[in-house]
Amino acid sequence: MHGTRQRALLEVEGLSRRYREDRPPVLAGIDLSLAADEYLAIMGESGVGKSTLLNLIAGLDRPDAGTIRLDGVDITALDDEGATLLRRRQMGFVFQAFHVLPYLTVAQNVALPLDLLGVAAQERAARVAQMLEAVGLAGFAARHPRELSGGELQRVAIARSLVHRPRLVLADEPTGNLDPRTAAQVLALLREQIHANGGAGILITHSVTAARSADRTLALTAHGLVPLPATP
Amino acid sequence: MTPARTWARLLFAQWRESRARIAVTVLALALGTAMASAIHLVNRSALDEFEQAARRLAGEADLVVRGSPPGFPEALFAGVARLDGVAIASPVLELTVDGLTVVGLDPFRAAGVQPALFGELAGNLRDFFEPDGIFLSAAAAGQRQLRTGDRMDVLAGTTTRQLRVLGLLDANAYPRPLGVMDIAAAQWQFDRLGLLTRIDVRLEEGASTATVRAAIEALLPAGVVVMTPAIDSQRVASATRAYRTNLGMLALVAVLTGAFLVLTAQALSVLRRRGSLALLRALGVTRRELGRLLVAEGVVVGAIGAAIGVGLGQVIAYWTLRALAGDLGAGQLAVPGGTLAAKPLTWLIFIVTGALVAGLAAWLPAREAAARPPALALKSGDVDAGPAAARPFRVAFALIAAGAGLAFMPSVYGLPLFGYASIAALLFGGVLLVPSVAQGLLRAAPATRAAPLSLAVAQLRGAPAQASLGLAAIIVSFSLMVAMAIMVHSFRESFIDWLDTVLPADMQLRLQQGGNTAALGEREQAVIARQDGVSRAEFRRVVPLLLRPEAAPVTLIAADIDAHTAAQRLAILHAAPLPAGGETAPPVWVSEAMTDLYGVQAGAPLALPLAGREAVFRVAGVYREYGRSGGAVVIPRATYVAATGDRAVNEASLWLARGADPAAVARDLRAALALGDALQLRTTTEVRERSLANFDRAFIVTYALEAIAVLIGLLGVGVTAAATAFARRAEFGMLRHVGLLRRELALMLAGEGLLMSAIGVVFALALGGVLSLVLVYVVNRQSFLWSIDLAIPRLQLALLALALICAAAITTVVSGRAALGGDAVRAVREDW
Repeated sequence: MHGTRQRALLEVEGLSRRYREDRPPVLAGIDLSLAADEYLAIMGESGVGKSTLLNLIAGLDRPDAGTIRLDGVDITALDDEGATLLRRRQMGFVFQAFHVLPYLTVAQNVALPLDLLGVAAQERAARVAQMLEAVGLAGFAARHPRELSGGELQRVAIARSLVHRPRLVLADEPTGNLDPRTAAQVLALLREQIHANGGAGILITHSVTAARSADRTLALTAHGLVPLPATP
Repeated sequence: MTPARTWARLLFAQWRESRARIAVTVLALALGTAMASAIHLVNRSALDEFEQAARRLAGEADLVVRGSPPGFPEALFAGVARLDGVAIASPVLELTVDGLTVVGLDPFRAAGVQPALFGELAGNLRDFFEPDGIFLSAAAAGQRQLRTGDRMDVLAGTTTRQLRVLGLLDANAYPRPLGVMDIAAAQWQFDRLGLLTRIDVRLEEGASTATVRAAIEALLPAGVVVMTPAIDSQRVASATRAYRTNLGMLALVAVLTGAFLVLTAQALSVLRRRGSLALLRALGVTRRELGRLLVAEGVVVGAIGAAIGVGLGQVIAYWTLRALAGDLGAGQLAVPGGTLAAKPLTWLIFIVTGALVAGLAAWLPAREAAARPPALALKSGDVDAGPAAARPFRVAFALIAAGAGLAFMPSVYGLPLFGYASIAALLFGGVLLVPSVAQGLLRAAPATRAAPLSLAVAQLRGAPAQASLGLAAIIVSFSLMVAMAIMVHSFRESFIDWLDTVLPADMQLRLQQGGNTAALGEREQAVIARQDGVSRAEFRRVVPLLLRPEAAPVTLIAADIDAHTAAQRLAILHAAPLPAGGETAPPVWVSEAMTDLYGVQAGAPLALPLAGREAVFRVAGVYREYGRSGGAVVIPRATYVAATGDRAVNEASLWLARGADPAAVARDLRAALALGDALQLRTTTEVRERSLANFDRAFIVTYALEAIAVLIGLLGVGVTAAATAFARRAEFGMLRHVGLLRRELALMLAGEGLLMSAIGVVFALALGGVLSLVLVYVVNRQSFLWSIDLAIPRLQLALLALALICAAAITTVVSGRAALGGDAVRAVREDW
């Protein structure tokens, strides 16, 4: 566990989601609490609902029951626009497939959240440069994604997820497309930057190795979120 | 199952995923083919009717002697009939009376030349000699609602005569409006005693056509020619060939735009499926097999589209023949009651052509896809690779240079074939430059703080090939539309200027052509000149002159004109200075068509057959003439009267006295002349309005074809937008994750659509401007044998451009909505 326990940033209570009436719910009665500076890993078998949980937390999907509060704001009560604006200000995302826009330079990709928030050009440039420095891509600002390796692309994605200093970073299998060595570097970087940013993070992964990079690990099962003991 | 069939099944199975793309491509090709096949079928049907009618009337004649419509002395018939090698000579008087072709025949002589027609009349031969009897074709009887035994009024010269319907001709054999009379009765009824217009000649067995023809030529007075029936029946086809070819070319534009849409759709589809295509290559499909399969895909789409188009074209052609009598605007090809024959071979040719065009359009992206290394294509981020990515400058500039060179080539058999080739080369060259021009313009796009718009600009800058592909179809169709709009506007403005020059008076008087004999004698001319309210009258004698067997008659206009007043009465283009020693020969002025058809130049001598004798004149100038496409010669009336002794006139321009009421003057003139319906009196304003209305009606089909081409172009924009939006679902999903609102995404798409369509429209305006120069100065000049002055319809083009930009932007957003409304969450989980 990282640092001293603070008040919860994210509080999930009784969360349920069912896609089809004739099928059992994907999620049922999920409770979760995440501290403001905590980095949590959630593991689970395929199809157990990890990504569904992440989507619900991001406000990209609506639960059938339960509440999700981010810094006291009930995400489930927000409409699409409210949830989108909340994501814009408070959240950052890292995806398995990187999703770096091919037609923007590295710097432009990283600056995207700042553009959306209307940050002034000077401050934007400074924060992008700082972020690129932090993820080890200081000389890459003017390059295009096609010139980058998979590991470098994921670093760009990490920089983009943190440049606007979100309260919560959601990472869905961020190392699924990377070799073990690069994956380890990316995981370390993600953890380091989330902590450096002073925010919280949730890492969705299949990999025990990846989960080890988090402060705490929970397993998502048919019975809900179950704590996993820390492994050496 | 053979491997090829397996791969084909795999490829075509993907059609289920692209129903909209396939449907739009098929629709575009169907529309293009429908227009092209309908125009072909209507024109072919009309020409077949004309040729069939001409052949039936010529019967088994080997040679036809023909003179200008006023006719030639019938003494010539006796000379021709006596010649060695002539088996039968049949005298004919052919007249056009109130839109009805009346043929006067000697039935006993016609029996040997037109046995089929004689067979029709044989049962009523005794009645045939009735001085007021006429046999009508079913079409003529139907038009006038007449039955056997009924009486009909016809205009003979300036008087109305009554004829009796003796019987009806076989509707299948004579589908056009036609009347057949005894030649003596026709000569008497239509004041043409002693005159013939045609002699049909059948040769003796073994006689040489060339020898007999030469012998006949030796007998002919000036203005009478001898020709084979084939040339005679082809004359209508020749006279309208340029107009029909231009319409055909316009219809091909629709097919061409459809082909560009196939190229666009196929190229985008290949981009979208690059992963699965690479997988096929990885699984063992050879480059050649993959290329063939993709071309086959285009061929199948093309064949389906063309087959639907041919069916649709048959319906349109049927409707055109029923509703418009097959007249597509030229006015000369109307076929009342024309029928549409089923032509399976024509259908097959259109379907095969559609399939080949689509296959050819699919070939370029197929070649690119087959050549792409599978490893590269399987890699993520291989987004903007396509045919346009190569930016073939050299090919583009070579095509543009070739296009410029071709524009200076002469016509081929009266058709501007090199002009069309020039337009095609300039068009393709221009389209190849689109990606580079688009990139240049995008680089100059101003920076914006609005994230959706800056993303739109960045996307277009980053993926110019895809965007340019989408623009190809719209650029092709819109640039041609711009070129056509400029050409039509230039023509219209020049036409208005010409009307102003040739219609200086307040009223125009004209005699209806009653058997081509209508004329006003000196007494009537004096009545007109002295009429209260008329301050001045200028009279004209307008007669046709046949100068060449294969050409339409030239119009001879004897007018009150001389070297000093010519510039006020005619739109003079080139005037020849007077010879140093004064006039050597009487002056005449010729229309531009005369310079092209007969090689006449300003300052050169010109021989004209007047009253059976050849007279030589000096061409004092070349003038612009939009009323008579077969060529016209203006001669001072005094010279004409001196040469022919013909003092009659059939047209006049009247200047009214100050304060005179045109309606009252017209009423008084009608009463004084007592010519009934034969007299046509209109104010100049009315003539002008009617002329412009006719002008505009002639271009309705042109505008319809242009609109269809632009519609196909817009479909191309839609296909591209839908395909690219689908390919960018993951990008949209990521943007939704990082906080872009739905409406901001829509704004981004609209911005992209607006920017690209604006670039496309601006480019098309420039390209269309260049193409219009070829249309105005080459295609128009070589097709219609008259010049026009360039005039740009600025407001019309600006409104069109604005409408198209908005339509394209809306199309982009509507087409992209499916991707916007899609599951952003799922999209980011798909690899791209």
